[in-house]
Amino acid sequence: MKGNEAIAEAAINAGCLYYFGYPITPQTEISEYMAKRMPKVGGLCLQAESEIAAVNMLLGASASGTRAMTSSSSPGISLKSEGISYLVGSDLPAVVVNVQRGGPGLGGIQPSQADYYQATKAYGHGDMHLIVLAPSTVQEMATLTGEAFDLADIYRTPVIILADGAIGQMMEPVDFSTRKPRELPEKTWATCGHRGARKHNIVNSLLMEPEELERSIRDRFERYRKIEENEVMCEKYMTDDADIVVVAFGIAARIAKTAAQIARSRGVKAGVLRPITLWPFPNKEISALADTAKAFLSVELSMGQMVTDVKLACECRRPVDFFGRTGGVIPAPADVAEKLCAMARELSI
Amino acid sequence: MKQGTYNILIAGFGGQGVLFAGKALAKMGMHEGLHVTWLPSYGPEMRGGAANCSVIISDEEIGSPLVPDPDILIALNIPSFDKFEPHIKPGGMLFADSAMIDRKTARTDIEAHYIPASSLASDNGLSGLANVIMLGHVIKKTGIFDYDAFLKDLVSGIPASRSALVEGNTKALRLGFEY
Repeated sequence: MKGNEAIAEAAINAGCLYYFGYPITPQTEISEYMAKRMPKVGGLCLQAESEIAAVNMLLGASASGTRAMTSSSSPGISLKSEGISYLVGSDLPAVVVNVQRGGPGLGGIQPSQADYYQATKAYGHGDMHLIVLAPSTVQEMATLTGEAFDLADIYRTPVIILADGAIGQMMEPVDFSTRKPRELPEKTWATCGHRGARKHNIVNSLLMEPEELERSIRDRFERYRKIEENEVMCEKYMTDDADIVVVAFGIAARIAKTAAQIARSRGVKAGVLRPITLWPFPNKEISALADTAKAFLSVELSMGQMVTDVKLACECRRPVDFFGRTGGVIPAPADVAEKLCAMARELSI
Repeated sequence: MKQGTYNILIAGFGGQGVLFAGKALAKMGMHEGLHVTWLPSYGPEMRGGAANCSVIISDEEIGSPLVPDPDILIALNIPSFDKFEPHIKPGGMLFADSAMIDRKTARTDIEAHYIPASSLASDNGLSGLANVIMLGHVIKKTGIFDYDAFLKDLVSGIPASRSALVEGNTKALRLGFEY
């Protein structure tokens, strides 16, 4: 199954009943799959008139307490960013998928990770964070989609799935039965029909009193603190004895793993730390590795964005280098391995 | 499957069944419990335009799903032959549809197999099944999968309403295997 289809099927398995899309390469299979499957499960797949319309429909559906999702690729996600900020301001759970392509502007249609800054720092205006999940396999496209819906409901926040064109387009085996759903809070805030049984709920992001707005933001940041404490996910690959730790996510992490194997065959002890949550970032795990590793290398399909977070995480205790290709070019494992060998020579290890 | 990792690149025109052939190999690998990836070239593709797909079948976890330097190249037209033949790994294998490609490799460090799959298909009333004829030949020469198991897997996805396809695919696979 394709990565894009795995996201769609996993969303339906998670009980997503509303999907609002607008076609854009390389994520259109999500819409296509939803159009086929949603009517059969009693849900709705709607092709909106634009990305902006789609994200605002998402807001409305989510306010009713129903699980809902939208998806797009980089340029379309920029259009959705206003709505994402409104979702955060309204404390609404929702899942937003970005199958990244090259930018800026219309850019290209080949795989990219150049929306890292946007996803982790600035998907919308205001004091805010979003949970950002970065799948690296088609299996993870499925499991992390299920996880995204649960996290969104537990913390009342939009969750971003930051994938890329390669993982979206590729096929791998996928098993939908591997994930256990979490325990979820009741949606007492939902604006759904209640036949006068309770006081009506209001979902809103406009708070005119500064103190009131500050209080709501502080409440939200208290939830962010819990997310940072409890929800960090990462995978360590041959890091125990590694002199150089590659930090890479998504498609880049797969390339990094092969590169680490090549480097080891040439006598350079390399390992890979793969953040699965990009926010919250695995700061503690990277900081701990800075005790044993001699250097870090951030490998990205961009000009270098996550590299700044790696530097912050290891607090300048170790040199942090960068290797990347951008514009839709996928780096070759051999080139990353060459970089690792060059670093080892420079560091005399 | 024989042990190891197979990096396979299949390339031709859109409409020749390039992506389907790749899927058939990947699906078989999956059903044998192996790690598999299938990655298409994607973009403004259309019938008649260039199409290719990378398939990796391995007994180990697969890193990059791209196949820039294939162990096995299946070339279905001249542009694909020209573009990818120089990148076959030394010791690798080339499979070319010789009814479409009027040239041969000059390389001595690869094993080359030529089969006029397109004309075999049209001569035997198997229009559109040159890709499956190629697969039959690939299975014979590489030994990557057992013939009977692959045939069973290939036709298992065909719905009962299109049972004529079972016969066609079976015949095409055998033609390639026995060539």
